Amino acid sequence: MKVGIVSYGAYVPRYRITPDEIGKVWGVDGKSMSKGLMINCKSVPSPDEDTITISVEAARNMMRRCSVDPRDIGAIYVGSESHPYAVKPSGTIVAEAIGASPNLTVADYEFACKAGTAAIQTCMGLVGSGMVKYGVAIGADTSQGAPGDALEYSASAGGAAFLIGSEKMIATLDRTYSYTTDTPDFWRREGQMYPRHGGRFTGEPAYFKHVLSGARGLLERVGAEPKDYTYAIFHQPNGKFPTRVAKQLGFSDAQIKTGLLAPTIGNTYSGAVPLGLSAILDEARPGDRIFAVAYGSGAGSDAFDIKVTDEIDKYPRSKAPTVKELDSNLKFLDYATYAKFRGKILLGGE
Amino acid sequence: MATAPRFWRENPSRYNLVGIRCNSCGRYFFPRRAICPICHRKSVGKIEEVKLKGTGKIFSFTEVHDTLEELVLQKPYVVAMVEFDEGPKVTGQVIDCEASELQIGTPVRVTMRKLSEEGPSGIIHYGYKFVPVKEKAP
Ligand SMILES: [Zn+2]
Repeated sequence: MKVGIVSYGAYVPRYRITPDEIGKVWGVDGKSMSKGLMINCKSVPSPDEDTITISVEAARNMMRRCSVDPRDIGAIYVGSESHPYAVKPSGTIVAEAIGASPNLTVADYEFACKAGTAAIQTCMGLVGSGMVKYGVAIGADTSQGAPGDALEYSASAGGAAFLIGSEKMIATLDRTYSYTTDTPDFWRREGQMYPRHGGRFTGEPAYFKHVLSGARGLLERVGAEPKDYTYAIFHQPNGKFPTRVAKQLGFSDAQIKTGLLAPTIGNTYSGAVPLGLSAILDEARPGDRIFAVAYGSGAGSDAFDIKVTDEIDKYPRSKAPTVKELDSNLKFLDYATYAKFRGKILLGGE
Repeated sequence: MATAPRFWRENPSRYNLVGIRCNSCGRYFFPRRAICPICHRKSVGKIEEVKLKGTGKIFSFTEVHDTLEELVLQKPYVVAMVEFDEGPKVTGQVIDCEASELQIGTPVRVTMRKLSEEGPSGIIHYGYKFVPVKEKAP
């Protein structure tokens, strides 16, 4: 049975901060940091936003664009590394908020930045096997870097939701391939507020090895070449890594441009590939082929071969905001307001 | 701790704006109630649970400068009385905007945000807030 994306929805908070503004506080040349990372600004959630509210907003945008009865949703998986609760699934609240409760299965996923695509794979299996009619896969994060840490210049917030089914698909998920090893490039221990990372170790043996292996493994299995794809999207901890990995694989700048959001939104972690894929679906046309590779520290990659169907011409995209629309009407913050928003200021009495 | 069950019972209203429609007079009410305050006994058996669309306009609003400890990170913030398209009025926070961007009649739509937290280890309460709706350029 063909399985694919029936609907999708995205959400990004409206607040932004620039690396220059962050660098001023820490005595770092933020402008050259911005150039090096290819990040002009990153999104910042307001104090009343978290992975659950972002997931709900993305899921509601997804439901606005289709006429599927939420009670036909048999599974919801929320992938994130910033679930508000350590114990109590984010998906329970998302399910209630879109009217899918109570006849469904829910679980939260965690695999650094690729938990959202792991959720898509699970839904592919459940829908493909006939266990559920529709499954919802969400990737969302409100990630934090420790004050002054290199991650503070990129860690941002956002997410996207996908309704996976086998009828009226706007894009079919034709093949997926994953590549996983035990690589300690980035981690966060239980109870710790900020993650730690292996500095330069996060590049070659981690991101590049896994993204390249995932991408090549998929191309081999489907017998395709980079030129067979209209769009390509790679996990984007910054703008530099995906641009370099695309070049190494033989994808052009034109192929990755639409899905490359890190320069204006930052690193949305589990939201990154889901948001980039949403930006592509915002403008894709029937017959377009999309190549997507997510990466999660720890480490692994999930690669997807996706084909846009004729159904997308009838699909009411305008019933919810596009990624471009979500990335407009911005409000830029200074570091002090940012620190307050992100709970980096210790309040008296705590 | 004690407030968790009370909040939980109100989740259908807080998450999904579940109210009622009186099928005797056709009026909508929010939150849910057992009988229509206009029709009284005539409404018995004619009360239907409905989910409000979540769109409406600002009926009145104010900017709050002095607030509860849990909202201190958000001040100053805007609280408005919102009149839903179906008729009922509710009070809620209007977010992602400055008071100067709003006026009576500004269209808003509902969104879900954190309302409060019972401390760092307690339950997080989620519910409706409002965001202004940008009119799409014609
Ligand atoms: Zn009545």
